[in-house]
Amino acid sequence: MRRLTWFNTTSLTLGFAFLYLPMVILIIYSFNESRLVTVWAGFSTKWYGELLQNQAFLDAALVTLKVGVASSTIATVLGTMAAYVLVRGGRFFGRTLFSGMIYAPLVMPEVITGLSLLLLFISIGLDRGMITIVLAHATFSMCYVSVVVSSRLVSFDKSLEEAALDLGCSAFEAFRLVTLPIIAPAVISGWLLALTLSLDDLVIASFVAGPSSTTLPIKIFSSVRLGVSPEINALSTILILIVAVGTISASLVTKRAVKRRQMEEKMAGD
Amino acid sequence: MNFRRFSLISVPYLWLFILFLVPFGIVFKISLSDYAISIPPYTPTLDLTEGWAGFKAFLSALDFENYVFLTEDDLYWKAYLSSLKIAVFATALTLLVSFPIAYGMANAPDEWRPTLMMLVILPFWTSFLIRVYAWMGILSQEGFLNQFLMGIGIISDPLIILNTNWAVYIGIIYTYCPFMILPIYATLEKLDPSLNEAAVDLGCSRTSSFWLVTLPLAKPGVIAGCFLVFIPALGEFVIPSLLGGSRTLMIGKVLYEEFFANRDWPVASAVAVVLLLILIIPIVMYQRNQQKMMEAEQ
Repeated sequence: MRRLTWFNTTSLTLGFAFLYLPMVILIIYSFNESRLVTVWAGFSTKWYGELLQNQAFLDAALVTLKVGVASSTIATVLGTMAAYVLVRGGRFFGRTLFSGMIYAPLVMPEVITGLSLLLLFISIGLDRGMITIVLAHATFSMCYVSVVVSSRLVSFDKSLEEAALDLGCSAFEAFRLVTLPIIAPAVISGWLLALTLSLDDLVIASFVAGPSSTTLPIKIFSSVRLGVSPEINALSTILILIVAVGTISASLVTKRAVKRRQMEEKMAGD
Repeated sequence: MNFRRFSLISVPYLWLFILFLVPFGIVFKISLSDYAISIPPYTPTLDLTEGWAGFKAFLSALDFENYVFLTEDDLYWKAYLSSLKIAVFATALTLLVSFPIAYGMANAPDEWRPTLMMLVILPFWTSFLIRVYAWMGILSQEGFLNQFLMGIGIISDPLIILNTNWAVYIGIIYTYCPFMILPIYATLEKLDPSLNEAAVDLGCSRTSSFWLVTLPLAKPGVIAGCFLVFIPALGEFVIPSLLGGSRTLMIGKVLYEEFFANRDWPVASAVAVVLLLILIIPIVMYQRNQQKMMEAEQ
């Protein structure tokens, strides 16, 4: 009996209020005139203006974006390879170790990952900077990518690949012409996930970043440790809006794609 | 084995080996070293110029002293215990908050469900740091919550929540509840409504059919959700350092401070190794549960 009782309605309302009210309050207070963040003193967009003047934040945002794009691209390539090896690779020496190394980083506390990577970089004499952050982020996000991609690889019909091979494709051509287009949505969402993880990461980055490569989360963390500030509210609002617009439009696009495919299948059936 | 297959396997393999496995070896090695005022700040360092003798001297200088230190100094075992306590309690609270939401979602009309799912996932894509930060302004003494409660006359003096363990609980519930809601929703959604109808037809009340039918069938999802909250909560760093007070002891924060404030790398490494050993148990249990769920589906 699927039905919305008053209990269901109340728990959904309260639950989603709990999930969204804090962010709504944050957004409202980013338009507060007063520097005292808790006292409402009228509508103003001045903190957004001050934010755009703040060179340190802009520099950090640029570093974060560069690191994010570089690390998520590396992570997508490596993660897709790893997923392909796990699902289609058959048996090879050390397969258990390999799948362990894919799943372990997903549950590893960030402080441990950060500490261990930093000690590695120091012992091989690699200077801390953007490169070390990219390496660190690519390593943990490739595991997320490979989980996303392998779930897609498991669910699609292997005989499509075999048919391509029978018809004279080389293994690489079969991958490029058959497999890749089919798993493309998973690869893209893996890339987006890796990008989000990288843009969001504070703990690992603060271990492996050098003094010249402060990322946005590091910058935000060091200023919110001192307390709530209206500039950070403004910055958070911008970031929340970017994510909301991105996620909602991505879901609308997939919804439309699914609808179109259903239409096509229906027309093909008629 | 052809070359292409070899390189396809070896590239991600080597990457993870060098950037994931080797670093743990290094952490373990440094945890056996001693603190020293030098660069890097530990001793011994491996000197291969002296050949085999140098290696033997290096090995003999390693010991478990730091682990003994962890058991002797109150701070560490108290921090482990208090992290465990906070993680267990926070997981239970997250379950209490999340189950009704997941249950409501599973009972919602079909056409609402994709939207509800997206509303649960959306916060997950939003910066973790910002979601924790949002609570700083709400929970402080002059914050939104106190203003609201005093405004409607429930309390006359502001509650002190920020910088206490309560704020840490609220932070964990808020940031991790999507991890609890989604697996529970996934099991409840697959649940056949006719099972409940049968129970009611056979004389169960709606409440007892919930306890006797729905809840046991939702168990795998509940277990998965609990581990997904408990494991990361145990090593949490951001939430205790922004919302917790100076008396909030969590091992992730201790490790961070040991490394950055005290610069005692060997002790920080030992703290990390012990934390990892503690985490192995719930991680293995979680994987068992996932395997059982997979087998049940097939």
